[in-house]
Amino acid sequence: MRDLTYGAVMGRKNEIMKKAVGIDYSEFEFGKIGFDYEKMMNNVAYEMEDMIKIQKETKVGNTPLFELHNINRLINANSAEGKGGRIFIKDEAANASGSFKARRAAISVYHAQKMGYKGVIAATSGNYGAAVASQAAQRGLKCIIVQEVFDSQKKGQPEIIEKARKCEAFGAEVIQLTVGPELFYTFLKLLEETGFFNASLYTPFGIAGVETLGYEIAEQMKSMQGHYPDYVVATHAGGGNLTGTARGLIKGGAKSCKVFGASVDLKGLHMASDRDFNRKSFTTGHTGFGIPFATQPDRADVPRNAARVLRYMDRYLTVTQGEVFYVTEMLAQIEGIERGPAGNVSLAAAISLAMEVNEGEIIVVQETEYTGAGKHPMPQLTFARENGIKIYRGEIQENVPGETIVLPNQFSQINAKELDLNKMKERYIDNVTKGYKYEDLTEDDVKYLEEEIRVDRIDIEKAMNK
Amino acid sequence: MNKATKGTWVEIENVVLEVGQRAPQVPKDTKNTPLIMWTKGLLIDKEAEIGQEVEVETLSGRLAKGKMTDVNPRFEHDFGKPVDVLVETGISLKKEIGGIR
Repeated sequence: MRDLTYGAVMGRKNEIMKKAVGIDYSEFEFGKIGFDYEKMMNNVAYEMEDMIKIQKETKVGNTPLFELHNINRLINANSAEGKGGRIFIKDEAANASGSFKARRAAISVYHAQKMGYKGVIAATSGNYGAAVASQAAQRGLKCIIVQEVFDSQKKGQPEIIEKARKCEAFGAEVIQLTVGPELFYTFLKLLEETGFFNASLYTPFGIAGVETLGYEIAEQMKSMQGHYPDYVVATHAGGGNLTGTARGLIKGGAKSCKVFGASVDLKGLHMASDRDFNRKSFTTGHTGFGIPFATQPDRADVPRNAARVLRYMDRYLTVTQGEVFYVTEMLAQIEGIERGPAGNVSLAAAISLAMEVNEGEIIVVQETEYTGAGKHPMPQLTFARENGIKIYRGEIQENVPGETIVLPNQFSQINAKELDLNKMKERYIDNVTKGYKYEDLTEDDVKYLEEEIRVDRIDIEKAMNK
Repeated sequence: MNKATKGTWVEIENVVLEVGQRAPQVPKDTKNTPLIMWTKGLLIDKEAEIGQEVEVETLSGRLAKGKMTDVNPRFEHDFGKPVDVLVETGISLKKEIGGIR
């Protein structure tokens, strides 16, 4: 009989993961801290052509790219002379399961089937659960989704409950837990019990799956406008969305396109707090994931995370919860499409950006997500009010995560804040070089860091000697 | 409905970690609560009442045991109440765009 206590299961983590992912990450590691990211992506993941084919088989990809004409009129009316970009949006809600996550799941589930696994498991409270469930349903694999969904009073975020419903609609087993990072313990026990594939969000399969999104944007923009976009804005949480899209843009030829990350500012709320859990209105796409995953990507459920945003992110913008609800309502009221709030984080940031860039420059918002009961501004704001959050229209600076949600009174108030990427890079260096002095690092380690966060060795040395 | 018979869709509950067994990095408020898990499946026992220990077969074909907490659990999430700030936002944006209001 296996020892199923917390300590024993966590102690078997590496062994369980190796069996459940089928990748020996140590093959790519070198020196004290380094690892060969490109080698891992090239050896393990699939080629673009193959991925397009795999995704097409299961109703993923080739989603529409729309210009947001009315929003662009407002951008134009609210920008200074010579300023005012044009926004296009990639309607990822059109994928099977209703979000870009289907791209990640398509490749992971295909791979699981090819390797002979009988089922797939994913730990996620987000759209990825439904994506894996939908792909597993199409490929005839069993599926288990493990969610963090309730506080200690069994009160659940409506958005997550809706995702549980959607997973069950595709025939997946859904396991629901109260708040806490020990979800990982349950997850490991299930992997061991079933022998299923860990369809982690962070394997090379999952991240490479998003490359088709960036690739499509490059191709579609080129054929619609005759040139690549100037900017692509991606909502950033775990990092896969931005990393995969940026890699795809490069592979599609859009090498000079700037890639910006956007997250909802949830500063001050603790992600593992029972009290704070239901005081936020965004369960993903927020800084509570975005900052830690950028500065310590390998905190994921696989030894080496394939999502590494500091390799690709040119700027990191944050927006308030109030601004995202405002633009979600805007998308419905003046663009005539209802989409889920979490997918519109990058739209809020893009509108702000559009008012500062030169006239005619093109910004692509690279995703939308489906909407429905629970996953919509009305139920989410109703839930927030029931949890004591004050909701009103006013100045966006009055947004205080966990206390208030303030929607702008007018369009011109939308104003994303910028996080200092250099500080985040310093924090990254702190996190990965813990226990080492600069002199301890090998030449390859230093080269790895230079590529990983795009800084010079002088700055790495400076940060480490601080 | 408090009772279920074999083959009914039910929810079961397990305490994964008791208070005192929580991981060291968990914040204080969470530490004071147990980690609880809910699983759904088809009841295997001939009949059972809420609160009893039962066994279910889940949608992935696993067998799982736990305390039965619900019978035919309903999804109660909805579209919420009308929210004043959203209504006002719609009206003000239509004004800004020079629309119908």
